[in-house]
Amino acid sequence: MIEFRMPSLGADMEAGTLVEWLVKPGDKVKRGNVVAVVETQKGAIDIEIFNDGVLSEIVVPVGEIVPVGTLLARLDGTAVTPAPHAPKPMPAPSPAPILPTTPSRPHISPAARRLASARGIDLLHLKGTGPDGAIILADVEAATPTLPAGQTIRRRTGFDPAAMRQAIAAAMTRSKREIPHYYLSQTMDVSAALMRLERINRERPPPERILPAALFLRAIAMAIVKTPELNGFWEEGQFRPSDALHIGWAIALRGGGLVAPAIHDAGHRSLDELMASMRDLVLRARSSGLRGSELSDSTITVTSLGDRGAEAVFPIIHPPQVAMIGIGRIVTRPWVVNNAIAPRPLVTMTVAGDHRASDGHRGGLFLAEIERLLQEVETL
Amino acid sequence: MNEADAKNLVLDVLSGIAPEADFAALRGNAVLRDELDLDSMDFLNFVTALHQHTKIDIPEADYPKLSTLDGAVAYLRR
Repeated sequence: MIEFRMPSLGADMEAGTLVEWLVKPGDKVKRGNVVAVVETQKGAIDIEIFNDGVLSEIVVPVGEIVPVGTLLARLDGTAVTPAPHAPKPMPAPSPAPILPTTPSRPHISPAARRLASARGIDLLHLKGTGPDGAIILADVEAATPTLPAGQTIRRRTGFDPAAMRQAIAAAMTRSKREIPHYYLSQTMDVSAALMRLERINRERPPPERILPAALFLRAIAMAIVKTPELNGFWEEGQFRPSDALHIGWAIALRGGGLVAPAIHDAGHRSLDELMASMRDLVLRARSSGLRGSELSDSTITVTSLGDRGAEAVFPIIHPPQVAMIGIGRIVTRPWVVNNAIAPRPLVTMTVAGDHRASDGHRGGLFLAEIERLLQEVETL
Repeated sequence: MNEADAKNLVLDVLSGIAPEADFAALRGNAVLRDELDLDSMDFLNFVTALHQHTKIDIPEADYPKLSTLDGAVAYLRR
């Protein structure tokens, strides 16, 4: 008998709403299958199962909000211990989170939920007329505002900006309270890197082109291997390095907020594979199609400000991780090359490190290694 | 491709990337990246979608020509 519990999708999650079961009792499931959809402050997330087996019982019905760690379903099968490169099991939930004593959400029929999400209607403020106050299709129909001709319905954003702001606030407050951050910054000449990309992209149609951020990410992934004290978790008063490297890639959501889903095994991915992962994650983050493991597995996070951002960022570490890396905007500035001043494209990379797990000296070596890799860019 | 078709295509692609934007108010000479807050991934997706619809290769060197709505429409009409 295996117990399937509400996963923790990041340090800031206390509870989730079971929105949809994609399996029913009697169904065979395989490790990695998406079996349920859970609504969190980060939007609707596909939840995977980590065991093979046959679903025997659904314990939490659709529509219920339950704390992290709650038994959701049982399955028959044998529990497997995760393989070395498998996603880390969820950390044990911290002392049972106390839920606000608001009445539990009313039941919502799946058809009503689908229509509501298609029409961008907030179910929380809807009065149900079905059995026990359940929200049914007709309630959503009735709540649909009549739009002036020509105006289209707002596309579903998949998350509530206010709830996400709260989640970010909780995680960042915890970080600033608990983590003694140190910050390092290094400005690097990226002309070799950009020239290489120009050569690559010249031969390729748009769908196969590579962005500078992917090349920087590749250098970062290679450099982390040499500085393992930046990769892992601070848990129960000690640093636990991670064998796997799952890089959380911070993605700003239009309309506010951000998520940092994991690029699994980033160290083993080629430049093209990293670029494909980034494209895929941005697309899915903005259409609310992320998977649970992507929100819980990151062992370190990287944020790139992009070409409309500032020159440098001093990131706040996502607990329980112990480091975060920032990539600033590429800028052209005077630079000394062979004792003469020349205009060069530059990037400022930063590291925020957890002083309980590493020292600035190690973080500095890490930045120096990134810079070295970006000069010998053909090896990336 | 005539002007109306080109403009429809550009606006259609952009509205997929920036669904919250008010395209009725978008001036033809406004810089799309600034006006619609497009990052480099958004811009690459913009170029990719135009490429997929028109089969035009749109080399990186031509990106500046697509920086405004008018510029993009003119580029597709060439």
